[in-house]
Amino acid sequence: MSDLKIEGYEFKPGYRGMAEDTGSAQTMFKGVHWGKAMMWIFLLSDTFIFSCFLISYMKGRGSTPVEWPNPSEVFALHVGGVDVPLLLIAIMTFVLITSSGTMALAVKYGYEKNRKMCGWLILATAIGGLTFVGMQAFEWSKLIHEGVRPWENPFGAKQFGSFFFMITGFHGTHVSIGVIFLFIYAYKTFAGHYDERKRGWFTSIKGDYVEIEILGLYWHFVDLVWVFIFAFFYLW
Amino acid sequence: MSEDNNDKIIIQSQSSESISGGGSGSTTDIDYVRPAEVGDQDLYHGHSFITKWVFCQDAKVIGVQYFLLATFTGIIGLILSWLMRLQLGFPELASFMTAEHYYQFVTMHGMIMVVYFLTALFLGGFGNFLIPLMVGARDMVFPYLNMVSFWMFFIAVVVLLASFFVPGGPTGSGWTLYPPQSILEGTPGSGMGILLMCLSLILFVAGFTMGGLNYLITVLQARTRGMTLMRMPLTVWGIFTATVLAMLAFPALLVGSLMMSLDKILGTSFFMPTILQAGEVLEYGGGSPILFQHLFWFFGHPEVYIVALPAFGIISDLISVHSRKNIFGYRMMVWAIVVIGGLSFFVWAHHMYVSGMNPWFGFFFATTTLIIAVPTAMKVYNWVLTLWRGNIRLNTVMLWCLGFIVTFVNGGITGIFLGNVTVDVPLSDTYFVIAHFHMVMGIAPLMVIMGAVYHWFPLVTGRMLSEKLGKWHFWFTFLGAYSIYFPMHYLGFIGVPRRYFEMYDSPYVTSAVGMNEFISTAAFIVGAAQFILIYNIIKSLKTGKPAGKNPWQANSLEWLTPSVPPEHGNWGDRLPVVHRWPYDYSVPGAKEDFITQTTPPSDVTNSEVEKT
Repeated sequence: MSDLKIEGYEFKPGYRGMAEDTGSAQTMFKGVHWGKAMMWIFLLSDTFIFSCFLISYMKGRGSTPVEWPNPSEVFALHVGGVDVPLLLIAIMTFVLITSSGTMALAVKYGYEKNRKMCGWLILATAIGGLTFVGMQAFEWSKLIHEGVRPWENPFGAKQFGSFFFMITGFHGTHVSIGVIFLFIYAYKTFAGHYDERKRGWFTSIKGDYVEIEILGLYWHFVDLVWVFIFAFFYLW
Repeated sequence: MSEDNNDKIIIQSQSSESISGGGSGSTTDIDYVRPAEVGDQDLYHGHSFITKWVFCQDAKVIGVQYFLLATFTGIIGLILSWLMRLQLGFPELASFMTAEHYYQFVTMHGMIMVVYFLTALFLGGFGNFLIPLMVGARDMVFPYLNMVSFWMFFIAVVVLLASFFVPGGPTGSGWTLYPPQSILEGTPGSGMGILLMCLSLILFVAGFTMGGLNYLITVLQARTRGMTLMRMPLTVWGIFTATVLAMLAFPALLVGSLMMSLDKILGTSFFMPTILQAGEVLEYGGGSPILFQHLFWFFGHPEVYIVALPAFGIISDLISVHSRKNIFGYRMMVWAIVVIGGLSFFVWAHHMYVSGMNPWFGFFFATTTLIIAVPTAMKVYNWVLTLWRGNIRLNTVMLWCLGFIVTFVNGGITGIFLGNVTVDVPLSDTYFVIAHFHMVMGIAPLMVIMGAVYHWFPLVTGRMLSEKLGKWHFWFTFLGAYSIYFPMHYLGFIGVPRRYFEMYDSPYVTSAVGMNEFISTAAFIVGAAQFILIYNIIKSLKTGKPAGKNPWQANSLEWLTPSVPPEHGNWGDRLPVVHRWPYDYSVPGAKEDFITQTTPPSDVTNSEVEKT
């Protein structure tokens, strides 16, 4: 943000500058788009939702008297005659993190007004997300096939199934919503809505490439949350 | 007086460095205000009845919509409380009520009043109406999202009220909805009732998040020229901080509601331990009921301050305007609001002293709870010091303000009793608790709402409310509320438990019966007295005295719009430019006893204004 200029306002470095921005009139985060600030605060709130889920999971895992199943056995894939632990989940994580990279590139090309590249990269991100959701569906059906249900679990504590389906389901819903929006935004980019500053269908606010960055924030957040779910569910 | 002068010099030396923010040093014009950072807001103007009044994107209309719907649910809550009091005071007249009905009414009364009435009214109602006007914005920053927020709230209310009409009726597990009993057979409404309650809460949280994002970004990023954070009215500070709390506390409620719904629908065992019911072992097992209590109160305690902080903010403005004096210790008031908000996340388990948790936990939470008394007491001192030597106008608004201070001190002191583990344990689940929280988060915020209604009604409608009816309303409510809740403290001390349908042949009967009859009678009168306000509003809409511009000679921006009531876009062609805080009342040397926020410094050169 070093290139940001505001008439009559001098940016100062360090804590002093931060305090002066906070104490100044009009805006607290100088030059930050309203929608971007909104997304950050929404994500803070969403962080609390996922934190509540994960803390509940820790509490649930701690209080059940039945033994917790071993994740490297439950989540193993049988490939070529051997059980490879965490194989599917490693691929899923790889796909999701990669889609974060394409998203970041899409934001870059968006700000450069490179409509085509931006659109293709959003589409690539959407397909990455879709692949993730698809593999998750595969994992769910595999577990359901083996008899794991939200209310019971042949491998041990029944809370395992409950928490697993609830938390990955909630995260998967986030990914799915993101995928839907990615497809919509890919369409809007290709159709030139952001170049022409066309008004939104519902909000009647003028389109701008900053919207892609806002969606990008959401997407990176969903990926980051996955890292925590991965650590707590599959590695613990 | 010498101390005052010192204070002023200190403020000056601070402000010359920090408030001018990055230096506009080159100018010598004392009226200079930095040019606008963001372009003018692009608004969608409604054209038809539906886009102007129903699916409206104007924050002022949304605020009124929130206000009316919250009041409507509040009246339902009031009627439920009448039914409860009828059962407690005159059980022979309430033969149509069973114990199940009583529990259902207790539950719905609590949930409606806390969430769907007070929260929605303060944040949805006053927040939407006042924030854009007070910070000098044309509207909320995301008007469309704001409109969706109201309609989510509408659906949440419909779902909540629908639970009265499903088989089994609404849930009767108490407003805390503690599992396992809330979803087990034997508890009223353990089928559809509890599910609709959870669904309604989830919808409310989703809708509130949309509104809350609007309030926060409007305050942070859409203030007008010259409006620094430390020049905002305390009303905005209160609503802003409460919204921050809501954004961080409601997630716990959402997660708790979701997990409980799954326990009910899918038979998961998040909150359900192994249970033996009617000689039969249920499918559940291994869950933790205490987990729900933690989730619920991690939401529930900040919720108290989500209601209280806007009330603190609004009352500060009302007291300042109607005693014609600047608010005493503005900065202290702001920091007290922020500190109370922060601390409110570290006290939740004081609601769980009797849940069997580790005694060291109780020790920790008792300490944090009592620390909250410090900033809260500061605020009370500052309100009293604002009144001290003020030019007090003893009108209806001021009466509500005074009523609030007294009631809040009263409820706060009983809070100190209940915050201590050793005192709380015997008083737990008695009428003392009921008296405490009704005083501190029922009656006290209600007094603020009433004062705010009398104060801002002229702005919303352009007409004054009747002072005479207002004073009747106040005295009935004030004296009546004390007749209801003072005796309850005593009932608590003699050990009468709360949430009991009737006392049967318990030893309390002799001393409690007469008192219950008295409380119930008072409750009927106070409830009925609220219809004086409704009558006053309807009458004043047609025949009230036209208010004109700025009837209270107030300083803050909401009274300075070009047209009263303000139109969509609030400010006509030009946004206001702010030169000072909103509390320059009775400034020595000034022409009038108030200097509005938009008055430039060159107009007040001979008066001793505070540098803000």
